[in-house]
Amino acid sequence: MDNAASPAAASGYADPPRRMGFFTDTSVCIGCKACEVACKEWNGVPDDGFNLLGMSYDNTGGLSANSWRAVAFIEQPAPPKAPDGGAGDLRWLMMSNVCKHCTHAACLDVCPTGALFRTEFSTVVVQEDICNGCGYCIPACPYGVIDQREGDGRAWKCTMCYDRIGDGLTPACAKACPTQSIQYGPLDELRGRAEQRQAKLHEAGETSARLYGNDPGDGVGGDGAFFLLLDEPEVYGLPPDPVVTTRDLPKMWRTAGLAALTMAAAVVAAFVGRSR
Amino acid sequence: MTDFRSYYGRPVVRPAVWRKDIAGYLFTGGLAAGSALLAAGADLTGRPGLRRVGRLTALGALGASTYFLVNDLGRPARFHHMLRVAKPTSPMSVGTWILAAFGPAAGLAAVSEIAPRLPGGPARTAATAAGRAAGLAAAAVAPALATYTGVLLADTATPSWHEAYPELPFVFAGSALAAGAGMALVAAPLAETGPARRVAVAGAALELYGSHRVENELGLLSEPYKQGRPGRLLRAGRALTAAGVVGALLGRRSKVMSVLSGAALLAASVATRFGIFEGGIASAADPRYTVVPQRERLDRITRTPSTPVTAAPERAPAQD
Amino acid sequence: MAEAHPVGFQWVVDAKQRGAKVIHVDPRFTRTSALADRYVPIRAGSDIAFLGGIVNHILSRGLDFREYVLAYTNAATIITKDFRDTEDLDGLFSGWDPEAGVYDPASWQYEGHQEDSPSVAEVAAHKEVAGGLRHESHGAPVGRHTQRDETLQDPRCVYQILKRHYSRYTPEMVQEVCGVPPDVFAEVCRAWTENSGRERTTCLVYSVGWTQHSVGVQYIRTGAIIQLLLGNMGRPGGGILALRGHASIQGSTDIPTLFNLLPGYLPMPHHAQHPTLDKWVEGTIHQAQKGFWGSARAYCVSLLKAYWGEKATPDNDFCFGYLPRLTGDHGTYQQTLDMIDGKICGYFLLGQNPAVGSAHGRAQRLGMANLDWLVVRDLYEIESATFWKNGPEIETGEIVTEECRTEVFLLPAAAHVEKEGSFTQTQRMLQWREKALDPPGDCRSELWFFYHLGRLIRQKLADSTQPRDRPILDLAWEYPTHGPHDEPSAEAVLMEINGYTLPDRQPLSGFSELKDDGSTVCGCWIYSGVFKDGVNQAARRKPGTDQDWVASEWAWAWPMNRRILYNRASADPDGKPWSERKKYVWWDPERNEWTGFDVPDFEKTKPPSYRPPDGATGPAALAGDDPFVMQGDGKGWLYVPSGLIDGPLPTHYEPVESPIRNPLYKQQFNPTRRYYDRPDNPLNPVGSTVFPYVFTTSRLTEHHTAGGMSRTLAYLSELQPAMFIEVSPELAALRGLRPLDWAHVVTTRAVVEARVLVTDRLRPLRVENHAVHQVWLPYHWGYAGLVTGDAANDLLGIALDPNVLIQESKVGTCDVQPGRRPTGRALLAYLADYRRRAGLSEGNQRG
Repeated sequence: MDNAASPAAASGYADPPRRMGFFTDTSVCIGCKACEVACKEWNGVPDDGFNLLGMSYDNTGGLSANSWRAVAFIEQPAPPKAPDGGAGDLRWLMMSNVCKHCTHAACLDVCPTGALFRTEFSTVVVQEDICNGCGYCIPACPYGVIDQREGDGRAWKCTMCYDRIGDGLTPACAKACPTQSIQYGPLDELRGRAEQRQAKLHEAGETSARLYGNDPGDGVGGDGAFFLLLDEPEVYGLPPDPVVTTRDLPKMWRTAGLAALTMAAAVVAAFVGRSR
Repeated sequence: MTDFRSYYGRPVVRPAVWRKDIAGYLFTGGLAAGSALLAAGADLTGRPGLRRVGRLTALGALGASTYFLVNDLGRPARFHHMLRVAKPTSPMSVGTWILAAFGPAAGLAAVSEIAPRLPGGPARTAATAAGRAAGLAAAAVAPALATYTGVLLADTATPSWHEAYPELPFVFAGSALAAGAGMALVAAPLAETGPARRVAVAGAALELYGSHRVENELGLLSEPYKQGRPGRLLRAGRALTAAGVVGALLGRRSKVMSVLSGAALLAASVATRFGIFEGGIASAADPRYTVVPQRERLDRITRTPSTPVTAAPERAPAQD
Repeated sequence: MAEAHPVGFQWVVDAKQRGAKVIHVDPRFTRTSALADRYVPIRAGSDIAFLGGIVNHILSRGLDFREYVLAYTNAATIITKDFRDTEDLDGLFSGWDPEAGVYDPASWQYEGHQEDSPSVAEVAAHKEVAGGLRHESHGAPVGRHTQRDETLQDPRCVYQILKRHYSRYTPEMVQEVCGVPPDVFAEVCRAWTENSGRERTTCLVYSVGWTQHSVGVQYIRTGAIIQLLLGNMGRPGGGILALRGHASIQGSTDIPTLFNLLPGYLPMPHHAQHPTLDKWVEGTIHQAQKGFWGSARAYCVSLLKAYWGEKATPDNDFCFGYLPRLTGDHGTYQQTLDMIDGKICGYFLLGQNPAVGSAHGRAQRLGMANLDWLVVRDLYEIESATFWKNGPEIETGEIVTEECRTEVFLLPAAAHVEKEGSFTQTQRMLQWREKALDPPGDCRSELWFFYHLGRLIRQKLADSTQPRDRPILDLAWEYPTHGPHDEPSAEAVLMEINGYTLPDRQPLSGFSELKDDGSTVCGCWIYSGVFKDGVNQAARRKPGTDQDWVASEWAWAWPMNRRILYNRASADPDGKPWSERKKYVWWDPERNEWTGFDVPDFEKTKPPSYRPPDGATGPAALAGDDPFVMQGDGKGWLYVPSGLIDGPLPTHYEPVESPIRNPLYKQQFNPTRRYYDRPDNPLNPVGSTVFPYVFTTSRLTEHHTAGGMSRTLAYLSELQPAMFIEVSPELAALRGLRPLDWAHVVTTRAVVEARVLVTDRLRPLRVENHAVHQVWLPYHWGYAGLVTGDAANDLLGIALDPNVLIQESKVGTCDVQPGRRPTGRALLAYLADYRRRAGLSEGNQRG
């Protein structure tokens, strides 16, 4: 079974439903942050402190244990005018960031308690009654998503509203988004829609439009939550070419094995044939 | 390419939230492993003093390790949840089971050191035999204990840890050997410390070679290990290692020299562990180390330099 | 729109994805601009010049939709020969009476209709009571038969007058006055005109950035002129969408909470002008005018029957004498100043927070500190309830808690999900809200509060023999109640608003069924039909996906569930749609009736060919090609002969605080603006070097109005946690302002501090050859809540549009300095120093 097509099936579900995901089309994001609020309301996520950050209108400061949707704002000079004219010489990029629910999820791979698991929808969820706050998932995530909650000790992140989609409902953020910048649905359908949207934007002269995380051939096997961006990923705080750390793990174990043998051999050599 | 774009200079990946406990555990775990190996060797070659120091150190360091690991958890009371799974994809899970195997073995081996105080006969013999078996078992697991932590750090998105995955197990193996040897030089009878000195040399060689590669062969990702506090710690570690080895070789007949060089080796191990730990954290905290190598990799693949949509680099926030 | 109406903005995004071009004009680049195809930076307060430039573009190139303009507007109408334009009188129209502070509009009238003109005294009285507001649903009275030149060549026809009036509003002038570069301006003109006509329509959207000016009404008029010239009114995808500042503020003028209106835009009677019912009705209509306003008597009587029920009879003029009378300006700002002067004893504040939400915060708070009693009903302890112990005047010592004489009652209010009722939004749509849960504790709805307040007052007055108590005792005050708190039935109130016949209480289907003999009750004639057939039409929820694109079965719009007003204009004079693509409502010759996608805004069976007989009045006087059925002459008014205080044509005047002299005319400001010239209401002098910058205020998506409902919530407070000011990099360099550091803004009224956000979204504009710096402040902050800060509205003085008494709060001048502001007495000294340096003395504004 192709893991990329259905991580759920690869995880052992007998007959899982279609893989569900998010397509976030940042070209129609109006930066209203309804997604942030709806998510917190539904999931009872605590507020993240009242801090004026001076990063344009971003006072959330990115994804964290207490912000599972976070809108990024980038004010920048606009690209050179497309043939039919542009908005002016200024551009304001806005993006609602979220956990990518990777096909190959490093957080899931490294979790030593089994708290993180793959759901039947191929999403990745933390079981909060199991997590003991070891913190390993946090540096493992190539997108810097999952985080430890202060005062609580456990790791928290977006669940893709597992408790809603299980009942056929839409995740809170997608439901609240007024411009359908956040779209929820079967992942393969979303990918098709995203490609059409990108083509349409290119036709209209918006050549900077690109898809991010949609490619099953990328370093994490494609994201369950992918994006249409209008500039390079790093401008939004996203890694340009994320790779799941587990990809190199077999080599790492081999290296460790070699080092272990070397270590043992050194000790043996130190004791052999000497009486002193 | 040194010019890169970021989101207000904010990190892309998250630095580990592990506190100093974990850096401390790297040291104590390595010390336990090195000591267990020395103890087993001593046991098999009739060096009871060296054996005792090794076994007791192994248990003590293991105890400290356990404390550090449990204390660093967000929910320490749930430490036993680690035993719910055994996942090869999780070095922490693997490590949990390594410790689960090492712990009792090292414990039994250490406890068996009271054997001489037991009344003679079957009790003493049994204790001694159990001790040998346990000690050998601990020694068998010890190399895994010493090196898996290299994989633990490398199996993350922390750029300078991940990139150093070919080196870290060797650095940690060397550091564990040197620490174990160092403790032996400090505490074991002078006459029995010969193997410890040789182990010190081997350990130092591994550690210095590995560290050199880490600090110089990783391209941009070596930078965090060379500057700031991590740089200072690693350089101190190297100096202390060198001093410790020299002292170990020269001080064969001097208790004072042996103790000093042992202490230097122990300090070196601490410094190296903290240096690696903090170097990694620093590499995660600065977006440069995530973005630049990835962007370069992408550009190599497409064989064109990246043409950013806008020419202007990001404005860094004023309070930087 | 994306900032203040994010949910509504999805339709703009939708349209854009279907190929619509979106142009955003604003002093600063906002989240709306981010999604627009073209952003146009503009100097705050110069929109009439900008729009006037577009009018000039249209007229000088003949780009108007000629058939529409000729048939449906008053472009061809001849004006009296005495009319003089601002071009002739350097910024004034003919008839200016400086003593009265108004114009005598006799010279503005249509030729042959000079006698229609109100007198100067009437206009002055009209201005006092913001009489213009009642024209919201209909035009001013004007006789129906007008003289016209169908060739549009006569120099005295409206078309030519318009052309002359705007001839100097060239692209160069637009650049000079507004700071808009000529190529950008050209793009806007091209886009707007090319997207109008038979096949395409353009929609104009505005909000309080237009209304809150001393020439606010004229801003909108200019937009209306453009939309009429281009044939966009009454047509699908066209029109003017007036976004509101509050979810039900349309309802608050329909069923008004305004001093000068009664429900359905009937005027509140004036003590001198309306001594009797007949006089009142007469004052509401014009005898010879066309249109449905001719039936006003029925609307008035039915309203009186709603108020006084069986006590209202033909013998007592249906209790007309019980209605309160206007004696002058009872507007909120006059009242605030009256409070300061000790003329007002008590004040009810319901869901209103003037301490930080109204212009001139200090005046508001000082006013409220000088009352006998104040009742505040709100969801939270808002600033208007705590000014006596917290706030800027406590800091400065101007209000001393122990000495403040106002007794403040804070009563908890139910939130909108805790009560049932209707909201009326900008499309005149009434949407019924169900109650989702009970309010906590003592929280109660407004309906409960007023019903029981009335009940208790009536109880206390029950034995009174005083004539002044009769109006209250004779009220029809029986409403069914339910539940443990005796909550009155909101549907019963809606039914009363809809209207019913007496004595059988059959619900009415529409205002045409209203009678003037006391046999009908109707709380608001324009809402009549909302309970048609006894069904709460406002509660209909048939999804849009199950209907056609007009979706008439979702909720109910007034009047008569008509979704686009004046939709007769979507068909040509012969009743055929202007194009297949834009068909909306048309004449069906087979069935001899108007039909289409919406309720036709026309008499159903009146053919396009109908021409009224001589002497006809009221609806019968409307011809088959008079789409603007509420206007006296059935036409869309490019030129307003009467009804507006400040002129028949929009003219660029500078805001009351401006960094420059009016480049177009000698007349600096709107000559008829309302200004309260008193020491506690100083204004910054024109072109003052002490106050060299322009400031404007508006909203952020994350907060709501003055923050009472958003800064009290953690999830919203964390999104925008601090009061901040946006400045351009150039101004930051000029004044040494550093990002995230403090800065303070100074006017002659107040000093307000804020954290600095330096952004390219604000640019200095090249106006009259020098750089004008604009800064922006959100007005959401106050001293109560989870996140607090200074209130931007404290910076504003009180200067109002003369037609509707709305304050000029979108533009002012100021200084900006780095660092925090002084506090306490030092603050007062700081302000005094600024005033002195600005050369302020008593009565500081003329002209």
